[in-house]
Amino acid sequence: MSGATFTLNGRSVPFKLGQSILDAARDNGVHIPTLCYLKGLAPSGACRICLVEVKGARSLMAACSTPVAPEMDVATETPRVHEARRLNTELLLAAGRHDCLLCEANGDCGLQELAYRYKVDGSSFPKRDDFHPVEDINPFIVRDFSRCILCGRCVQACNQLVVNRAISHGYRGKGSKIVTGGDTPYHQSDCVFCGQCLEVCPTGALTEKKLRGQGRPWETKRIRTTCPYCGVGCQMWLYVKDNRIVKVTAVEGAAPNDGRLCVKGRFGYDFIYSEERLKTPLIRENGHFREASWDEALNLVASKFGEVIEKHGPDAIAGVSCARSINEDSYQMQKLFRAVFKTNNIDHCART
Amino acid sequence: MTNSFAEFAKAKMIFVIGSNMTEAHPVAASFVKQAVLAGAPLFVADPRRTALADMAEQHIPIRVGSDVAFLNGLMSVLITEDLYDKAYVESRCNGFEELRTKVLEYPPERAAEISGVSAETIRTVARRLASVKPVMLMYTLGITEHTCGVNNVLSCANLQMLLGNVGFECGGVNPLRGQNNVQGACDMGALPNVFPGYQRVDNAEARAKFEKAWGVTSLPDKPGIMIPQMLEGLASGKIKAFYIFGENLANTEPDIRHVEHCLESAEFIVCHDIFPTETTRFAHVIFPAAAWSENDGTFTNSERRISRVRTASPPPGEAKPNWWIFREIARRMGHMWPSKSAREIWDNEVSVLAPSMAGVKYNRIRGNGLQWPVPHEEHPGTPTLHKHRFTSGLGKLVPVEWTPPAEVPDSKYPLVLSTGRRLYHYHTRTQTGRAAGLNDLLSEETADISPLDAAELGIGHGEMIRVASRRGEVKVKANVSDRIPKGVVWMAFHFREACANWLTNPVFDPVSQTAEYKACAVRIEKT
Repeated sequence: MSGATFTLNGRSVPFKLGQSILDAARDNGVHIPTLCYLKGLAPSGACRICLVEVKGARSLMAACSTPVAPEMDVATETPRVHEARRLNTELLLAAGRHDCLLCEANGDCGLQELAYRYKVDGSSFPKRDDFHPVEDINPFIVRDFSRCILCGRCVQACNQLVVNRAISHGYRGKGSKIVTGGDTPYHQSDCVFCGQCLEVCPTGALTEKKLRGQGRPWETKRIRTTCPYCGVGCQMWLYVKDNRIVKVTAVEGAAPNDGRLCVKGRFGYDFIYSEERLKTPLIRENGHFREASWDEALNLVASKFGEVIEKHGPDAIAGVSCARSINEDSYQMQKLFRAVFKTNNIDHCART
Repeated sequence: MTNSFAEFAKAKMIFVIGSNMTEAHPVAASFVKQAVLAGAPLFVADPRRTALADMAEQHIPIRVGSDVAFLNGLMSVLITEDLYDKAYVESRCNGFEELRTKVLEYPPERAAEISGVSAETIRTVARRLASVKPVMLMYTLGITEHTCGVNNVLSCANLQMLLGNVGFECGGVNPLRGQNNVQGACDMGALPNVFPGYQRVDNAEARAKFEKAWGVTSLPDKPGIMIPQMLEGLASGKIKAFYIFGENLANTEPDIRHVEHCLESAEFIVCHDIFPTETTRFAHVIFPAAAWSENDGTFTNSERRISRVRTASPPPGEAKPNWWIFREIARRMGHMWPSKSAREIWDNEVSVLAPSMAGVKYNRIRGNGLQWPVPHEEHPGTPTLHKHRFTSGLGKLVPVEWTPPAEVPDSKYPLVLSTGRRLYHYHTRTQTGRAAGLNDLLSEETADISPLDAAELGIGHGEMIRVASRRGEVKVKANVSDRIPKGVVWMAFHFREACANWLTNPVFDPVSQTAEYKACAVRIEKT
């Protein structure tokens, strides 16, 4: 049914049948805040931040899990809506230990944003201090349950997006916790450290261990690149501070990975800063390598290849290019072999 | 791949053969698993019960190296039960009669005998594959790393053409490529028989074109040799100088002892690398190279998508981009190359010389890149190949015969060793071994064996064992796992000491020269 409309903040706007109020509003340029919604996955309706007023409805409705109906009249920014969002934000703040000063998510936190927007600090309610202990034992992801708002995004991403099915909601009531099977630490569970949970966490409940103390969100610049590992070619953002990558995330909605990464792509970047990197040309002499200048090493290679070609012909040279490096490098190498050395003895690990 | 990753999640039915995707291509696997959650039946043919097999409608545990027999068996059912797509085969393929004759020599009973899965299973799977259209087929190195690798690939293509599944969204034949830029290295002509864009070196017209573009005369007209022949050439003295750019051959090639002997025999070896490796030990000159995020350039993924790589930080010390090093050697041998950056190399040379990439320019690949063929600058790229007609005209059905692996178990070496990759490391760990945390998750190699073999030999889980082949032996921890079938030992090549390549067999597919990493005979014993 095309041409269906509903009323959004007093304007008549189009929507697609089956669309939620939240999605339809976004399509029409109206942003409704939420902490639990993940595009493309079944809505959980857990955070109660996206509440909106629907004319004729008994109570406020969660925009993420309410389908639009034709002629529905929706208001997203009314005093009643604001009051409810304020109260719910206040409750979420009071239920955790949200000390932004020490939190890695400071400046990149959905809850902090809401607190700022609705001017609340959680002080209207008694504070809790009986939290599940922080999990800091696995190599990559710090799980601070005192900052977890139980929005369930990580559970959804793990089960519906990357389908690793390593975590779910555990326990009940005030003891509620996001758990692995048997409530073991990540590294002793089915978790495969793709870090999708980290990617979707709206607060500082899940943060990167490698990032700790390395930089605040506003101190880093973001560079889009392609993952250096397998042939999927995932698109990623590198967060760079002072010429150093401090964090990697997936590019949301980009082909081919559609916002996902694996453990190697997300956490396997810091080899480039290893002290063992080769830093100068090396020439072997009497069984040992010694440092050399570029000129000396390049001249030696050019003259040695020239010598071999003269003595034994071009086909006495063979070369293997690199399937890990950029296209332009392989192009140059085959050009060197064909145009300069005059041999087609150029290959790479094409088959493995 | 004929198709694209985005299609995986939307597929109606999926057939995965010889691919442990959840470990080797985890993000690709996530799309397959999403398709299953959305209702797509999944069939997984693999000797091991992989994690993906857990989500399959049916796991088909074929014997190592029996792929052609199994696939021919499926096709014999499709033909005898009249389940194949006649209209598609008639209008879009040739070679059907020859294929028919061959696959009918593999009735399910015979295919069952070779592959170890029952004739009934073969019938059921064939019927199920014919029940939905299109079916998407993915494969990885379980298909290619055999002495019959090319025939395995042909069989996958035969099956998909017989089912009429090639040339459609969510169909096709989709090999997942192992390295980030193995597709690109092929596209760029780092192969002995083709220039960039797969233009053959033995074609006079192609040579004339490249001679003109590169300002040279008499480009060599004879295809060169491949890696295994290069190594043999070093040992025989035919190859004097060897140029190794970013490969750790001393760990990755089968039969390490022999490979190291070949490398030792070289008169002169040049390496480019970012780290000292087992291979750079044999070098006479080592050039320090800029790594991944220290370069501007492009990678081309499995779905032929050309994407940008961007510089995040400068290389350490005096390390330089590889393209610069090659250019400097050319200059010192009297050749002045005009392109002074990766962008100039691509925009002024690659896209000008390779017709399938003519429409790819850096200013067009800022976002999601482009999938070749992109014949001109207004072309949007090609997510699905062979739509409406095959690129070469008609799809060629090629009859293939099953052949066993070159080395099969016997009384002295009674088990099959099959090798591959694990989730937490990449190849020889040059990179992942130096990324904090990954070693914590996987700190050593294991030999994965079945509980049945373990019980028979009195081997406990975690116990050190000796794995020996005709090439060598390693001591390694036993990982007793019910994902491994009886008679199979499974290992990876991430760790030097217990690297599977001390054991693997240096025998190769006669056409592709791919080594038979997936099958050799070994013996295991308690230490």
